Amino acid sequence: MIEQFEPTIIGFTCNWCSYRAADLAGTARLKYPPNIRLIRLMCSGRLDPTFVLQAFALGADGVMLTGCHPGECHYIEQNYKALRRYMLLQRLLAQMGIEPERLKLVWASAAEGAKFAEEVTRFVEQIRALGPLNWGDKVQVSSGKSQVTNDNEMQAPSPVTRPLPRRCPHEYQRQS
Amino acid sequence: MSGNGAFQERVGRADKPLDRIGVYVCHCGSNIAGTVDVEAVAKWAAEKLGRRGVIIARDYKFMCSSLGQELIEKDIKELGLTRVVVAACSPHLHERTFRKAAQRAGLNPYLCELVSIREQDSWVHSDKHAATEKAKAIVSGGVERIIHHVPLEPLRVPINPATLIVGGGIAGIQSALEIADSGFPVYLVEREPSIGGHMAQFDKTFPTLDCAACILTPKMVDVGAHPNITMLTYSEVERVDGYVGNFTVTIRKKARSIKTELCTGCGVCQEKCPKKVLDEVFEAGLGYRKAVYTPFAQAVPKYPVIDRVNCTYYQKGTCKACEKFCPTGAIDFKQADEIIQVQVGNIILATGYDLFDPRQIAQLGYGRLANVFTSLEFERLTNAAGPTNGKVVLRDGVTTPQSVGIVHCVGSRDRNYNNYCSVICCMQSLKFAHLVMERTGATVHNFYMDMRTAFKDYDEFYQRVLSEGALFVRGRVAEVTDAARLPGEEGKLIIQVEDTLLGKQRRIPVDMVILSAGLQPRHDAQETAKKFGISCSMNGWFIEKHPKLDPVATMTEGIYIAGCAQGPKDIPSSVSQGAAAAARVVSKIQQHEMALEPIRASINQDQCSGCRICNNLCPFNAIAFHADRVVSEINPALCQGCGTCIAACPAGAITGTGFSNEQILAQLEGLLMLNIDVDGGRAKPREEGVRA
Repeated sequence: MIEQFEPTIIGFTCNWCSYRAADLAGTARLKYPPNIRLIRLMCSGRLDPTFVLQAFALGADGVMLTGCHPGECHYIEQNYKALRRYMLLQRLLAQMGIEPERLKLVWASAAEGAKFAEEVTRFVEQIRALGPLNWGDKVQVSSGKSQVTNDNEMQAPSPVTRPLPRRCPHEYQRQS
Repeated sequence: MSGNGAFQERVGRADKPLDRIGVYVCHCGSNIAGTVDVEAVAKWAAEKLGRRGVIIARDYKFMCSSLGQELIEKDIKELGLTRVVVAACSPHLHERTFRKAAQRAGLNPYLCELVSIREQDSWVHSDKHAATEKAKAIVSGGVERIIHHVPLEPLRVPINPATLIVGGGIAGIQSALEIADSGFPVYLVEREPSIGGHMAQFDKTFPTLDCAACILTPKMVDVGAHPNITMLTYSEVERVDGYVGNFTVTIRKKARSIKTELCTGCGVCQEKCPKKVLDEVFEAGLGYRKAVYTPFAQAVPKYPVIDRVNCTYYQKGTCKACEKFCPTGAIDFKQADEIIQVQVGNIILATGYDLFDPRQIAQLGYGRLANVFTSLEFERLTNAAGPTNGKVVLRDGVTTPQSVGIVHCVGSRDRNYNNYCSVICCMQSLKFAHLVMERTGATVHNFYMDMRTAFKDYDEFYQRVLSEGALFVRGRVAEVTDAARLPGEEGKLIIQVEDTLLGKQRRIPVDMVILSAGLQPRHDAQETAKKFGISCSMNGWFIEKHPKLDPVATMTEGIYIAGCAQGPKDIPSSVSQGAAAAARVVSKIQQHEMALEPIRASINQDQCSGCRICNNLCPFNAIAFHADRVVSEINPALCQGCGTCIAACPAGAITGTGFSNEQILAQLEGLLMLNIDVDGGRAKPREEGVRA
């Protein structure tokens, strides 16, 4: 039996602020749970919503998006685009049968190592309480009842009938 | 076969032979090895990631040492590695180091990836097993990612030899002179009508008690007369465009209402102007200036400005006394703000500090009790060119104080205000103590928490002030009040303090209180940081690239910081940092061109449908639309590589070097360890037991 559920969390970080906040948390030796694994992007605006869906499909239990505070984006205003996509994903995830709380958006400046560590800790607890997601498996098993639809605006690929996508969904569609 | 996806596909792809990947795991002494079982990670990578092309995995005490780098170089040459993953510290620290090593061995530097298992693993976790597992995941992510790396060539951009310096205080002045003396043009932008900054307000400087004006004004004159320096005083930077080597800076030259080409700086206008204005900037509210003024006599440039908010002509439409008396007809009431653009290659920010406003600490009485002064006010009192001609007197302007209390750490090292130490206050307070005793013979009490007199000759100065008879009380001042309770307190300011060395409360009556207020970031520091694309620390100071090894550069290439804008510091440190920033800039200019990270987006013209969604997303206007061909195209010179357009393109026609979809998705799979199963298919994301 599993004593405590250890979630796997993927964190997307911005090269200029939150990745540095993570570095700062390290330099300051602040402790947070080892459940999060970070992917560095140049900007939170680089976040293709597919990345988040893909992370869930491949077994992540939670995804944390991080970026510069509003108004402080290194690329002027791209974090607002990340915010828009976050809002979109929140709606989309619910439609797909994923608790929207599994996706979290955190603004963390390069100075906020402590905040970063704190938010990760809190998020890990939150996901632990939600329990494992196993989304990829769930939708495969209950293929008939899958809430993943192909006619929504994201046109996310359903893992029901196809192997997991290697490309962005739109590309995938084009090829198929 | 469901789930048997990409990996098999990629591994077995006939047209692309498997890469020969080397994995190098660093111990970093005990920094990583203390928490992560480094050897196990290397062994694991060699075993489990062999299918992914890893042919060698090594661990080493210090990968970044020359021996560690040689190890990698040797393997590249001898084993014919085509890709290298180094698991060590943050890429922000050593990515360049390892890329250079790869390059020396003949590998394209962008085929080397540094993944962080220190800042993001060993340093933040204490569970050794979990940290080791995480390190494996991180390495696996790095390996997956690097499979998709493509050789890149850095973008070479020419460097404009001109430099913009923002802030004409001592740090900015030093930078300007150093660069200009090297023969390169400098634009020095200053918000106030004259350069000089805070230092121009001081009388004496610690610890040598040099006269501030005597050492500063020659430098100011040099700046004014230097053929390579264009001074833009009474000006502010409005906008910064471009990138290192090619910044276009838009500057607003506020209307001086003076034709500088005609003005001789004779000062007649200031004499004749009938309007007196309280000078809150230079005289710290202790003295008056006219509506047409230069902040101080030795101002550089010598041209005055007309303060339109206070000038009678601008307010009421009549007066024009200055115009009447100006011998050269230099007054121009109709002058408008001028917007100019300059092209520069590098920028130094030396925007300085604001003084902490002690009114925030109500119990210290500043603003309520007349004879409580701030440090800057006291500087003006002691200045021979100040409002009292250097006489230390009470607010009434005549009475010499018999006793003075100096309160240290006002607004510094105080959780309610600023946590940090303002560095200069101890020495500044000692200087005040010396000046008070020298000029008035008054008794001086210093109220301190700790005396911090580090640096050359500082402690000697402390000893000197001690021997001169200044009194020191260790304790935080609870209150400054004029409510007399005991005999001898009438008409005095009473300082209520806990003397922590005696272990008792004391009430010390004095005539004058000086609050040694701390330094704060400029009130508009955030705004400035945003304008120049850098960031501020929690306390609001500009963040340097590295706190120890690169304290003058910022994360934004081509932007440097100097002086108090980076953190509280004294004059010698500001000068050193100003000179250091200048040296960095000059070395950049002399390379004539520099290499930029080739992280850029590009549009596949065949795939682009011309929907123009990306066009509006780009904050740098780097995407142009070709109406004739109905496609968009990215100008690589303007693209900064944020990648927002890549994520938004509905056709998937945009790719980004360094952060392509393939790279990120592959890293994701690697991080989730989907690449290490044995049968070649996609591993189940979770153990059987957990799924139930």
